[in-house]
Amino acid sequence: MKRYEIRIAGFGGQGVVTIGKIAGVAAALYDKKNAVQTQSYGPESRGGACKVELVLSDGEIHYPKVRSADVLVALSQTAQDIYLKDLRAGGLLIVDPLTVLKDPPRQDIKIVKVPTAEIAVEVGNKKFQNLVALGALCQLTGVISQEALEKSIAENVPPKTLTQNLEAFKKGIEYVRK
Amino acid sequence: MSENDLTAFEPLLSDEEVKKVVRGPLPPGDYYLFGSDACVEGAILAGCRYYAGYPITPASEIMERSAQRMPQVGGRFIQMEDEISSACSLIGASWAGKKALTATSGPGFSLMMEAVSFAIMSETPFVIVNVQRPGPGQGYINSSQEDVMQARWGHHGGGSLIALAPASVQEMYDFTIAAFNYAEEWRVPVILLADETVAHMREKLTVPPKTAVRVFNRVKPQDLKISPADFLPYDPLAGKTPPMPAWGDGYHVNVVGLVHHPDGNISKYSPEMHLACVSRIYQKIEDHAEEIAQIEGLHLEGCRNLVVAYGSTTRSAIEAVLDLRSQGWSDLGFLRFKTLWPLPEKKIRSLVGQVENVFFPEMNMGYFVHPLKEALRDRVKQFVSIPSLGQLHSPDQIIAKIKEVTGK
Repeated sequence: MKRYEIRIAGFGGQGVVTIGKIAGVAAALYDKKNAVQTQSYGPESRGGACKVELVLSDGEIHYPKVRSADVLVALSQTAQDIYLKDLRAGGLLIVDPLTVLKDPPRQDIKIVKVPTAEIAVEVGNKKFQNLVALGALCQLTGVISQEALEKSIAENVPPKTLTQNLEAFKKGIEYVRK
Repeated sequence: MSENDLTAFEPLLSDEEVKKVVRGPLPPGDYYLFGSDACVEGAILAGCRYYAGYPITPASEIMERSAQRMPQVGGRFIQMEDEISSACSLIGASWAGKKALTATSGPGFSLMMEAVSFAIMSETPFVIVNVQRPGPGQGYINSSQEDVMQARWGHHGGGSLIALAPASVQEMYDFTIAAFNYAEEWRVPVILLADETVAHMREKLTVPPKTAVRVFNRVKPQDLKISPADFLPYDPLAGKTPPMPAWGDGYHVNVVGLVHHPDGNISKYSPEMHLACVSRIYQKIEDHAEEIAQIEGLHLEGCRNLVVAYGSTTRSAIEAVLDLRSQGWSDLGFLRFKTLWPLPEKKIRSLVGQVENVFFPEMNMGYFVHPLKEALRDRVKQFVSIPSLGQLHSPDQIIAKIKEVTGK
């Protein structure tokens, strides 16, 4: 795999950094790819445009941040508004239609709407919406294996909530598989 | 708390977490770590068992990890009242025989300068990590390389020191080990000039087998079979630095910040003694710049346009160079400083011939380009600084400047 760039953004507290880290561990330690994860920092990481970036490659990764994203996951309207411009032509936009109300002003991208928060509530708590998004990301891009992600989730979420986190992850996969 | 009482903080952890506690350096293997965490693990492997600090963004994660890890490896962690006392306590820890670490950022780094100067004069080894943030003043809390000159010239008085600039999580680990080795070998404070980008990045860290890592420990007078009666605390004998006893080893331990005679005596002052004292601690570093400093080049043969970088900007710069070369720019070369100070003029000149343009992206207004200009004074037609404040350069920013200047 050549360089592949993922950006996930949303409100601070939605857990975008957590799934960035989970995906980074999965790619680097279990799928044996190179994976660099960076995140937004400072006041902006608390508003609606908190972001995490993950760059994957089989080769060496020099520039650690997104140049032209292959996929953008937007869990807030602000996140879509700010980061859409860096999504490459033909790229994939995953949004939660309950928080991202406006359709993106671009015709050259693929859009998949996943009601992450709604699905998470089925699992028991809206908190798990980040794992739903991760499931959708996993299924739609195929760049990190499901097996690797499941191992990484087990390692990186509190043991008490593991079952629910895994369920949310799988529901995200199923939702976009339909 | 005794040396082996490692459990003091463990009531705070769950049983599951206690099982995961690593009571020593990280075992060899692959990890996915934060740059700041890799730095602390490198320090532990290098033998560091003392951390004193005061929190500051974006360096606090190094302090947090140290607070967690030092007790687990039999070390000590102290949160001090400020950065002045933090740096001063490293001096004490070092003379007690320990390898000592602190981490800070711009404003705190300024406060540590007095202790750095004292440590240079008293030849006290320790490591300061400066996770650079922008200034002046409180500036902001994102990435910066604005302290690159302060690291070398910020302390008062003469003398010299060593500074390194890591560019990856692996290097946060490797360079921290190297920083301790330099400190111990040359008896000098060493600055690890990190920045927010590399300190807050997660990447794979490969911890090598212990036998593959070189760890240097300071030479003590007892190692050289020098008796306490014959020991002169500031006499380097035939070596690079004087042997260094710890308090309690039975030797005359003289920690002195005034100009001193090799026997540590300050009352024998004369201008001649002054010159001998300060020139030795200056030259022990500067005369060995070629041995100490690490730089690396890529595609320098026949290079007409050169991109130079250090620290995190290395990664944007190399990407820009490889991008342009793949588009046919075969005269584009790359030079990278792994250490910043001392500056190895001979090494630089042996790698770089006559070139048209030197492009130098720095997360500051163009500072380190100046010593480079001096080193390459007769070799370069034009130096082009590419500043960025508050964020890492994108490769496209560097590429645009190269195209603009060369007109290609």
